[in-house]
Amino acid sequence: MNITRLIIVAVGGQGNLLASKVLGEAACRQDIPVRMSEIHGMAQRGGVVESAMIFGDAHSTIISDGEADVLLGFEPLEALRALNKCNADTIVITSTSPLPPFTAAIGKGVYPDMAAIEAYIRPRVKSLITLDANALAVEAGNVLSVNMVLLGSLIGAGVLPLSDAAVREAIKDTTKAAFAEINLKAFDLGRAAVKG
Amino acid sequence: MHPLLENQPNKQVLMLGNEAIARGAIEAGVAFAAAYPGTPSSEIALQFFQISKTTDLYFEYSANEKVALEVAAGAAMCGLRTMASMKHVGLNVASDALMTLAYTGVAGALVLVVADDPYMFSSQNEQDSRYYGKLSGLPILEPSTVAEAREMTVYAFDLSEELKLPVILRTTTRINHSSGVVTLGPMRKRQTKGDFIKDPFNYVCIPSVSRRLHPILLEKIETARTMAETSPWNRIEGEGKWGVICNGVSYGYVSDAIEELGFAADFKILRIGFSHPFPDARVSRFLEGCEKVLVAEEGEPYMEEAVRNCAHKAGLPVTIKGKGKGLFSRLYEFDPTLVKTAIAECFQLPVKHARPVPIADLPEAPPRPPNLCPGCPHRAAYVAVREVFGDDAVYPTDIGCYTLGLLPPLRMGDFLIAMGAGIGTAGGFARASGRKTVAFIGDSTFFHSGLSPLASAVYNNHDFTVVVLDNGTTGMTGHQPHPGVDLSHLNLDKKPISIEAAARGLGVEKVITVNPFHYKKTVDALRQIADYRGVSVLIARAPCPLYERGLPGFKKKRPFTVNEKTCGNHQSCTKTVACPAFFVEDARPRIDAQRCTGCALCAQVCPENAIVRVSEKGEAS
Repeated sequence: MNITRLIIVAVGGQGNLLASKVLGEAACRQDIPVRMSEIHGMAQRGGVVESAMIFGDAHSTIISDGEADVLLGFEPLEALRALNKCNADTIVITSTSPLPPFTAAIGKGVYPDMAAIEAYIRPRVKSLITLDANALAVEAGNVLSVNMVLLGSLIGAGVLPLSDAAVREAIKDTTKAAFAEINLKAFDLGRAAVKG
Repeated sequence: MHPLLENQPNKQVLMLGNEAIARGAIEAGVAFAAAYPGTPSSEIALQFFQISKTTDLYFEYSANEKVALEVAAGAAMCGLRTMASMKHVGLNVASDALMTLAYTGVAGALVLVVADDPYMFSSQNEQDSRYYGKLSGLPILEPSTVAEAREMTVYAFDLSEELKLPVILRTTTRINHSSGVVTLGPMRKRQTKGDFIKDPFNYVCIPSVSRRLHPILLEKIETARTMAETSPWNRIEGEGKWGVICNGVSYGYVSDAIEELGFAADFKILRIGFSHPFPDARVSRFLEGCEKVLVAEEGEPYMEEAVRNCAHKAGLPVTIKGKGKGLFSRLYEFDPTLVKTAIAECFQLPVKHARPVPIADLPEAPPRPPNLCPGCPHRAAYVAVREVFGDDAVYPTDIGCYTLGLLPPLRMGDFLIAMGAGIGTAGGFARASGRKTVAFIGDSTFFHSGLSPLASAVYNNHDFTVVVLDNGTTGMTGHQPHPGVDLSHLNLDKKPISIEAAARGLGVEKVITVNPFHYKKTVDALRQIADYRGVSVLIARAPCPLYERGLPGFKKKRPFTVNEKTCGNHQSCTKTVACPAFFVEDARPRIDAQRCTGCALCAQVCPENAIVRVSEKGEAS
């Protein structure tokens, strides 16, 4: 079976570990081999959290530079910074809602504007898909559902071997019951936002 | 019911590596477990902590790794199946006990999990723990996948019981923190009560006893070697003329590389999973059929040395490669491309490289290092210490969240090597340099390794200050308890120990406790201490904001905001406090109300008192 390599980058607290767990559970439901690797540790301290997911018949659990088929950015600057994982055939999906690091507040560098980020990424990869995940999460009813919006964008863009139904089931089973409705709405909004 | 207690053999479950290890232990009937947390091992202990609340499994967070190993050893001497888990550097702490525990052996079973951290994602060094197998004589098992981590853990208990020796299960970050599908096995019943059969002339390691026990250990090592020789954990795949010997996660990278390079029929892989004692005869047989062999292992050339030794003893002329220029490094972790490139180089094969997009001209962007959280009391303590002692003092520091105080603008931390070494080295810095020395240590680290160096410093009349950054939990690893933490809200009956009483009990005469968010009082206390000669202790006590919000009765404080009318734009707040709740808009400081915890530190530092609490109506008050 074809191998799909996905990198997810986010800022600590954005919920990407839960998002990758949902994708992993969805893959299990479809009997698709899946392995994933994540770097925790600093997750709650504002650092970058990266997860790698490999769908299909491979043995590795991490992704080398230039090997990602899909890069999902929960934050545009972090998507830019993770571009070394991409090649000319990579599909990049990123939220456009910036989370400037505190270093910007103490004068260590200037946060680049979104147009500059897009202009840099777009010509280097196969395609760049952008969405304002924060706005869609707020629309769904909870700003914390950004991760579900972005899961929706992955499925809407059709870049993973996962079905809509399997991911929806995984969201219901993996996330807190009290948030299931909002999470599914967020997922749907994300999916609709990237469907061409 | 805890998900790891599910008694459904053959069910397939997606699990984290650390969950798979804990599940394996539960399946093997582990009855007694202990740990000191440390990335990447911490989630193993977390499972036991949760499971122990609803079952008869005994689990404790011990004060340090040595105590964890010792308490598990005591229970293993009574015939129980036990586990101690720790990170690689934790085994340094526990090693004193381990070395002679290998002589006594155990009556039941003891599995010691040690989690190495190649590339040092969360560690101070990347030492290779496999050498502890050689040093102690104990067997080492190394899983290559998450699924295998479960299976190997079950086997480790059987092996320990059979050999009457502790067994080391050695993992790396990419096993502990990877997830994969695990097939559940059957559950063995826990036996939680044992009995100790006295046998002092085999268990009390005085010289005459140890002289007799050491040859017994050597015999056990040879027994273990015969088991490693035929162990299914050491397996050969393929029949080619080119050999690759690998272990742990390298096995996955090697398998993928050989598949991608397209010469699979020419290769033969030996995956070593039972790596100490080394299966010399099996390796020699593997080498016999090979023209050339590459050893693919992260870290030190542990296997490579052993393989060369085998070839030498068997008089085999085979070329053996491993660490070296153009091939593998002893540094950092491997990745699939690195391994594929080394295999192609070694066997002179064409390789299609991935082509990462060019990023040499990536726009300059502000970095995003991990940082002390908004409302972190360590930041408050650091700002006060800097105000009093400035750049002149020497600041040995220690291991925990507070190590992040190293970063600008706080810049608090001049020397860091090991748990407790902040206090230990302080006496040397102070005496040799004559400079004011302020050592930082967290509350969990204080109980882990701070007590002995403090006693030593008092006794030897050293002159320095210890700042205990007491946030009431082990913050960095996920809020585990330590001997100073009350757990009555979890209905757990613990006897918390006072840090003040411990310091006074060790002879410290100057002990002051402050709430670091009371900024002026903290500065005053530090000034008092500045004039004191001898060992002084300042305890800066305020809860970790992440831990506090999970405690009963927690109420979120109202956030602060910048009053634009009175703000003189000095930016003392962003430049000295640098809380991540600040952001800059139109060149002026602003506070993100979502992130502000209402700690009030910045309000006390602002020269115009322009930082004010948001009123209940949500306005600046």
